[in-house]
Amino acid sequence: MLQTLLQQIINGLVVGSVYAVVALGYTMVYGILGLINFAHGEVVMVGALTALSAILYLREIAPGLNPLVYFGFGLLAAIPVCMAIGYTMERVAYRRLRNAPRLAPLITAIGVSFLLQTLAMVIWGRSYHSFPQLIPTTPLQVVHGVFITPVQITTIGLSAAMMAGLVLLVMRTRLGRAMRATAENHRIAALMGVNTNGIIALTFLLGSGLAAVAGVMIASNYGVAHYSMGFLPGLKAFTAAVLGGIGNLAGAMVGGILLGLIEAIGAGYIESWTGGWLNSSYQDIFAFIILGIVLVFRPTGLLGERVADRA
Amino acid sequence: MKKSAILVALMAALAGCSKEDSVVKIGHVAPLTGNIAHLGKDNENGARLAIDDANAAGVTIGGHKVTFELVGEDDQADPKTGNIVAQRLVDAGVKGVVGHLNSGTTIPASRIYDAAGIPMISPSATNPKLTQAGLKGVFRTIANDVQQGSVMGAYAANKLGKKVAIIDDRTAYGQGLADEVEKGVKGAGGEVVAREFTSNQATDFMAILTKIKATNPEVIVYAGMDAQGGPMLKQVKQLGIDAKWITGDGGCTPEIIKLAGDSISDKTYCTQPGLPPDQMQGGKDFKERYKAKYGTEVQIYAPYAYDAAKAIIEAMKKADSTDPAKYLPELKKITFKGVTADVAFDDKGDIKNGAVTVYQYDNGNWKALAN
Repeated sequence: MLQTLLQQIINGLVVGSVYAVVALGYTMVYGILGLINFAHGEVVMVGALTALSAILYLREIAPGLNPLVYFGFGLLAAIPVCMAIGYTMERVAYRRLRNAPRLAPLITAIGVSFLLQTLAMVIWGRSYHSFPQLIPTTPLQVVHGVFITPVQITTIGLSAAMMAGLVLLVMRTRLGRAMRATAENHRIAALMGVNTNGIIALTFLLGSGLAAVAGVMIASNYGVAHYSMGFLPGLKAFTAAVLGGIGNLAGAMVGGILLGLIEAIGAGYIESWTGGWLNSSYQDIFAFIILGIVLVFRPTGLLGERVADRA
Repeated sequence: MKKSAILVALMAALAGCSKEDSVVKIGHVAPLTGNIAHLGKDNENGARLAIDDANAAGVTIGGHKVTFELVGEDDQADPKTGNIVAQRLVDAGVKGVVGHLNSGTTIPASRIYDAAGIPMISPSATNPKLTQAGLKGVFRTIANDVQQGSVMGAYAANKLGKKVAIIDDRTAYGQGLADEVEKGVKGAGGEVVAREFTSNQATDFMAILTKIKATNPEVIVYAGMDAQGGPMLKQVKQLGIDAKWITGDGGCTPEIIKLAGDSISDKTYCTQPGLPPDQMQGGKDFKERYKAKYGTEVQIYAPYAYDAAKAIIEAMKKADSTDPAKYLPELKKITFKGVTADVAFDDKGDIKNGAVTVYQYDNGNWKALAN
């Protein structure tokens, strides 16, 4: 019994840490621009597929290297590509709509999401690609009956490292201070000498970079990558960001991990908790029900919303 | 005046052999995008091969030569899109339809074709409800899930282990098959220790697999498609679950072997309605011709799609007409030597004498087991 609970907690942590990393991208953009970047999930997808292509290419020209070298190369290829896409999105699609009513950038974001998905379908085809197993997936027994694989450990570790890095950047550096100032009130920040356009572009770059790594982790964990793999994680990460308090960095992280845990434990125990009335076919809804309940009692999310002061 | 009258009469007589009849459109619908796009393309290729064969052999109907044209559409495995596409085909004037692929899209679309009087033959929709609705022009060239499920359930309980856990993907196909498997397991004296659900878009099954692990199953049955069966096999291994795994025709493909990587072993089984391609009467020849023409291996349903298209063409030849109202009665009683078997339909539209074969993974391939 305890073993099952521990295993579900591990499952939840793995899934949740990925949600947390992707949620950071959503929350940063919302905090500064008030825009929900629906295309962020597709950036995750592009990261995974770019890494796949890079790894397959390197394997062809230099076979026999340590698998971790391929993995690192995949990451190194995916991050700049995703950053470029993030920057282009901001520059081409969102910059001009900064003073437009809220609906316009929202619809544009949905449009960019479709565009990226279709481009990926054209470039990488419609079929599901098998992502190479570069980090071993042999299960390690933590406690009797509870297993974790090195891929999962890497996922949790990388996510934690990136989250820590981002928090350090935002809280302890000058650049981070500029970001916080822009998030609070970008007009006053501009008056204080902060290059707000640059900061906003940097926010997209950081978010997209994180998304790239998240994409590679998702593909490694499940072994598949395909052109529509970004939609569902994107949606769930957005939910996680709202759950934790949108605009709030800590909220995104807490929300992500919490959502992962809720999903895993919910799917595992909902049947016994409701006496068989509900079963695991409701596992997706379970997370949204929790979200609804939290928002009813605390509309700004668990850790509170933090949006720009539109003075 | 008289001359022009004769001329008009002559033209009217010639109009009987008008251009419109010489190109006969046959529709084909399957998911060409999405996670089972490889299977949809496989179906379309199979049907196209039949059309090309007929055109190469030259078919004469109603006194003049006809060429067949395959109108291929994509329903994205989504019932809503399937209905839109079905209506589009009806409006385009197709004389018959091979499709759809998924039971979940075929069943609603069959009503649209029935309302327009256009016969539809599915090469892969196995949910029993398709032929139980009493529609006149609905057929399938593959055995349905009542047979497949009971064979799978009985095999699992008899040969693999008495404690069976069943997962389905909540589609019409998965649910129908899982229900039949449950009956088959119980009928063979087995025990269903867990019944879990996922969706046809999910790739994370850790939560439900962990729950299943706690019940100590000897066999896990997955009623769904290969796009998820592959990741599921990986996760079964990751959780250290020591159980045999069996799936239905949706997972009995070369693709699942690729997706599962090294998580597939000789503890993995699948079932398929019909005989193994090598035992099909036209199977070997079909596989070679398919590979030569399209450059890829047959996934699974292409031979059935070939027979479905051929059934329509043979019925048109027998009735000597491309009008659906005229060739439908012939289609009901057609018999011919198809690639998969001797094709004949029973009064509900199911294929007669549908067999089910069990396969086991062996060294990179699915190997048929003797029942």
